[in-house]
Amino acid sequence: MSNFSRRKLITTGVAASAGVSGLGVAARLAQKYGLVPPDHAGMYGPGETLTYASQRLLTRHSLAREFSPSQISKPPLANELAPLPDAFKRLQAAGFADWRLSIDGLVDRPGSFSLPQLKSYPTRSQITMVQCEEGWSYIAEWIGVPLHHVLDAVSVQPHARYVVYFSIQPDWWDSMDMADALHPQTFLVYGMNGGELPVGNGGPLRMRVPRQLGYKNVKFITHLTVTDNLKTFGKGLGSASPEGGYAWYAGI
Amino acid sequence: MATSESVRPPLGASLPSSASSVPVTTVTPRHSALVRVTHWITTLCFLALLLSGVEIVISHPRFYWGETGNVLTTPLFKLPIPSSRALVPTGYGYVLPDQNGWSRYLHFQAAWIAVLTGLLYIISILLSGHLRKNLLPDKAGLSWRAFSTSIVDHLRFKRPTEAEAWSYNLLQRLSYLFVIFVLFPLVIWTGLAMSPAFVSSVPLTVTLLGGQQSARTLHFFVSLALVLFLLVHIMMVFLAGFRSRMRAMITGRADHKERT
Repeated sequence: MSNFSRRKLITTGVAASAGVSGLGVAARLAQKYGLVPPDHAGMYGPGETLTYASQRLLTRHSLAREFSPSQISKPPLANELAPLPDAFKRLQAAGFADWRLSIDGLVDRPGSFSLPQLKSYPTRSQITMVQCEEGWSYIAEWIGVPLHHVLDAVSVQPHARYVVYFSIQPDWWDSMDMADALHPQTFLVYGMNGGELPVGNGGPLRMRVPRQLGYKNVKFITHLTVTDNLKTFGKGLGSASPEGGYAWYAGI
Repeated sequence: MATSESVRPPLGASLPSSASSVPVTTVTPRHSALVRVTHWITTLCFLALLLSGVEIVISHPRFYWGETGNVLTTPLFKLPIPSSRALVPTGYGYVLPDQNGWSRYLHFQAAWIAVLTGLLYIISILLSGHLRKNLLPDKAGLSWRAFSTSIVDHLRFKRPTEAEAWSYNLLQRLSYLFVIFVLFPLVIWTGLAMSPAFVSSVPLTVTLLGGQQSARTLHFFVSLALVLFLLVHIMMVFLAGFRSRMRAMITGRADHKERT
């Protein structure tokens, strides 16, 4: 054994242990600053964590692209829907007069909102693109109330980290971090292209998260829960998507 | 790393006399350890990206130009394949199983590994001089005459001489440079241009390409170009001698145990 190879061995050892402890420190910092997605375990965890962490650092306050009215897709596309449950059909038959959005969890004033109550908040609209993970896309005008207005009304507690949102469709729920929940373009949408939001596009109430793919924009929203821990929801992966094999974070 | 592959061995060192079958080993590897490791990591990533990319395309085998495109709009072209979504009219009477979940996870993970490996490779070939010495054509090599000779040699499927086996020929250099500095950056760019979060931060990535659907279509064609490169690359390895070339890229050794 020459000195050279011994030196090489020592250098490699030092470099390797520095690398491992560096990764450890990075992992702890990432946890602390909320850069680790709930579906970080498993084979594809490292890639998901890199994507989520880098996009959170890069895009925390950036705005989704907005388009001109002439760019709105005509006719508007409505994706396939699973058969709607009876509870939905009953509400639909009554013109959605009894549709309620309930909010609980880490909020000071849990409550429930009717559609007219939501519409009494400041109305905002955005002309943004819906991008499906399959590859197709369309542009529409989305009319609704920014989610942060509603969250302000129930007074979110400071240690809140995620908003979990549920559809009237069984097993259709998702969640987003507070960066997205408080983002000015994240809407509870009740109108589209100047009119009511059609059922095919998620009416009467849909979550709109324009910086993420279509499947994060859950239709027929009835319930929100503010939480600091996603482990207690479903299989603890953050939403129904990872349970079906899809990534929780869909900003790609 | 900085010195390992930069010294080209004297020509005689790699030329065993035909009378002797004693293997001649050289101290200098044909490809440095870094080139070999990054080559095979990139290979694995590329195959993963290709497989998962094909799976994702199957869910919507239609391509568009501009910002938007869906089943209600006229496509630029359609692939004549069945789809994994009932939404897409393909003319086939069946729908393939949905494979997008794991395909997307794998696509982005492989992309991360490929990009990080590529960065390591770029930095190291800049520092080691591999780029300057072995990839960039020298002035003498970049004449029309040299270019046409190289093309003719390739068209005749001429096998490289022993001396040539120690360096890259002109066409080889140009195609490697094209892949490293044009196709890979383009495929990364067009990929990022499809990310709604990334383009919210850097909108020019998508507007310069003419829209999100244009980016997707370009991503498809750049991927096709990379597949074409892969096929030609593999063909050239076979023409030049599969065993010796594979050995050179796996072990680094370029000695010739077998006589040709």
